[in-house]
Amino acid sequence: MGTHTITTQKVNFKVFRFNADVDYLPYYENYEMEVTSEEVVLDILNRIKWDHDGSFSYRRSCRHGICGACSIKVNGKATLACKQSMTSMTELFGNELTIEPLSIKRAVKDMIIDKGDFWEKHDAIRPYLISDVNEHPEHEHLVTPEEAEELNEADLCIQCGSCHYACPVVEINEDFFGPAAFAKAYRFEADVRDDAHTERLQILHEEKQGLWDCVKCFECQEACPKDVNPIDKITKLHNMLFKEGVATSNVATRHAVGFKHSIAKNGVLDEGGLVLYSEGPSIVKHIPVAAKMFIKGKIVPPWGITKSDNLDEIKKLVESSSTAKF
Amino acid sequence: MSKLKYALFTGCTAKQSTPEQYMSTMALADKLDIELVELTEASCCGASHLQDYDDFLSLVLNARNIAYAEKHGLTMVTICNTCQLNTAMTKHRLDENADLKARVNEKLGEVGLEYKGTSQITHFLYAIIDDIGLDKLKEMVVTPLSQFNIAPFYGCHNIRPSELQNESHKTAENPYKPSSLDDLIIACGGMNVDYEEKNKCCGFHAELQAPKTAAILTGKAIAGAMDSNADWMVTPCPLCHLKLDTQTHHASEAIGRDVSLPVLHMQQMVGLALGCSKEELGLKHHLVNVDFV
Repeated sequence: MGTHTITTQKVNFKVFRFNADVDYLPYYENYEMEVTSEEVVLDILNRIKWDHDGSFSYRRSCRHGICGACSIKVNGKATLACKQSMTSMTELFGNELTIEPLSIKRAVKDMIIDKGDFWEKHDAIRPYLISDVNEHPEHEHLVTPEEAEELNEADLCIQCGSCHYACPVVEINEDFFGPAAFAKAYRFEADVRDDAHTERLQILHEEKQGLWDCVKCFECQEACPKDVNPIDKITKLHNMLFKEGVATSNVATRHAVGFKHSIAKNGVLDEGGLVLYSEGPSIVKHIPVAAKMFIKGKIVPPWGITKSDNLDEIKKLVESSSTAKF
Repeated sequence: MSKLKYALFTGCTAKQSTPEQYMSTMALADKLDIELVELTEASCCGASHLQDYDDFLSLVLNARNIAYAEKHGLTMVTICNTCQLNTAMTKHRLDENADLKARVNEKLGEVGLEYKGTSQITHFLYAIIDDIGLDKLKEMVVTPLSQFNIAPFYGCHNIRPSELQNESHKTAENPYKPSSLDDLIIACGGMNVDYEEKNKCCGFHAELQAPKTAAILTGKAIAGAMDSNADWMVTPCPLCHLKLDTQTHHASEAIGRDVSLPVLHMQQMVGLALGCSKEELGLKHHLVNVDFV
């Protein structure tokens, strides 16, 4: 057994300060500290409060990565303060660290934010088991380990908000449910005991609020401290929309399905054909840009597309490996 | 050292809406003395949209593409972030799940192919950095880009999810503070511009589905680069390029401010520094004119 050596290093912290009751604008306070290799980010928040300024405010509770209260941002990275080691932070960012709340525009006091929108969206996707339970059952309601496995990852979510406030769409479109709500929706969609699959999927299929407005940036997966992998759940929910027959024909569903048609025909994508298939008559709105692109040699007509070699293989595989219908 | 040789997965865009990207890839490979074996059999990667409809089919198609690189016994090089993501993700999922790999291979067997997992998959940007090296590249520069402030735009699908991405190249990238493209700009003699949006999303994948959201993201990205005094932007992703170069009108409308900057492909930037001509690099194929060459 090797001996464990504790190392220390000097770190400069730039800390976001704001009290909505008295401050017109936020400001930053600087603290220089000796940080040990045993400390986590929450230890730093505690030391700021205990050693420097008792008015410094943040949420904390369990100290074990379970309650989800202490999530903040360090140099823009969402961080569950009680779980994230300081060494990992200095390895990523060096010795100048900026401590901010998860969402600056929702700051109430220092690290404390108003998470109202998070909970509102969480509630909107019906985050509970909907089942007509027989109160006097004759036998157990068995769930196989394989069925339970399907929802295990999503069940790890502690509602810390890290992914929600890392999502760029949440910042722009206030109707968008966001990755945490989607992961929670998946947790119940994947539950074999749930009877509201179609109902919930219909809520998730709605444009502006639903799944189709995801930009696929993977910020949510990167931000999640519990490996819930929200974007993977978003993809699985997309698949469910088709499998359960909830997906109706709109620009988003036709766009997803259009890839298959294009691949079956050419192997490669027919970019213009895909936009036409997705948009239908609304294609007209793309004409001004398309005209400019055409002049610059950026549009290949359908007859000019170089198809994939061995196209027969691709056609055969599309035929034999398809698992979805629309 | 023997000549560097890769299997090139061009992706669809390089053959259609970004011809300049294909041209500059070839011109640059020539300058760098890299041999590229083009995978002309490859299909579309599904662009993470086919994945929304039929995940298994997308795995089979991507595994087929990789199988062709394996047949050549070469590392697959991608020139599109989204191709890189979907191909590398397929590899990752098949390599860690023997059952899934068997199911995919059962399908590939029908056409006489097999996915083995023997080829690495890396983006051209990282192939240059890992296999040629920035020091050597620096020595090869004949036209340093020293008069330009250049804003790197990384593109989501090269840097996130970092756990997956960092399997694909030797130089670890921090998704919150990426540095590869900055380093490449510096190696070409340019001044790298730091700005908040450099590792953010351009909105491309929701352009049809959520045009307003997508346009705002595009607008913010270009505005961020402009406000940091960038002369132009550079990206390793042709989809980011398309969004930033062709959608400036919608982006300007969405954020209430005129935004526009020339957006070069990574290959064009390095090509310029290494003395390729503007014709070779296809600079005339941009909507925002590349008027500084």
